[in-house]
Amino acid sequence: MNERITLKYDVHCDDFTRAGEASSSVKRKLKLMGVNPDVIRKVAIALYEGEINMVIHSYGGTIEVIISPSVIEMILRDTGPGIKDIELAMQAGYSTAPDNIRSLGFGAGMGLPNIKKYTDDLKIESEMGIGTTLRMLVYIPLEE
Amino acid sequence: MTIKDVKDILGARFICGEEFQDREVHAACGSDMMSDVLAFVKDRAVLLTGLCNPQVIRTAEMMDIVCIVFVRGKQPDETMIEMAKEREIALICTGHRMFSACGMLYSKGLGGGAPYR
Repeated sequence: MNERITLKYDVHCDDFTRAGEASSSVKRKLKLMGVNPDVIRKVAIALYEGEINMVIHSYGGTIEVIISPSVIEMILRDTGPGIKDIELAMQAGYSTAPDNIRSLGFGAGMGLPNIKKYTDDLKIESEMGIGTTLRMLVYIPLEE
Repeated sequence: MTIKDVKDILGARFICGEEFQDREVHAACGSDMMSDVLAFVKDRAVLLTGLCNPQVIRTAEMMDIVCIVFVRGKQPDETMIEMAKEREIALICTGHRMFSACGMLYSKGLGGGAPYR
């Protein structure tokens, strides 16, 4: 795998049944490309948490995944209310998700902490009333 | 232990994935909150849950979970069963409650991994 591959997906808000389709597709593609399984799992989990966040909190957006030989870059852009206090949102257990989301198994305040845990770099830009962009990197270790 | 052992210990039944019953399982995680599950990484794990929606299957897919046990007699719908079949995830249903089901597997040697840090 020497070339750079870019994958793009649209994410729709409130479509909880389809939430995770983009992450699932990325995971399958990485598997077919023979990427290291630990890298795949880190990418899949971080992307899935991010995708779920977009479905729950935003008005919709796009996911762009750029796969190159040494790193996988994921850019999640949404339009939406934005994150008021990013530092607070990064704390495990802090959540603004409504009760109906909790009954669906999410909204435990673990989304962003999990994303941070599974990525090698995470940058969050958010503007109130405009939207949020997450840039995440997962490095691919050199094969021995 | 194997997926079949999990099924037998819990007096459970297969909903799908019986053909994978000889696959080994090394650890288990019991939760209705999928983000808690996503914080848990173990190879060849079993997920016990009382939550019954497509995101349970997707969460299992992201984590490479090999078997999902639905506790309290929860029954997944056709969409979920189809998703599990496509992803080669065995689905099992038991009437036991979460605490009992976890305890039964734990007492037979199935661990839950290290404490969360």
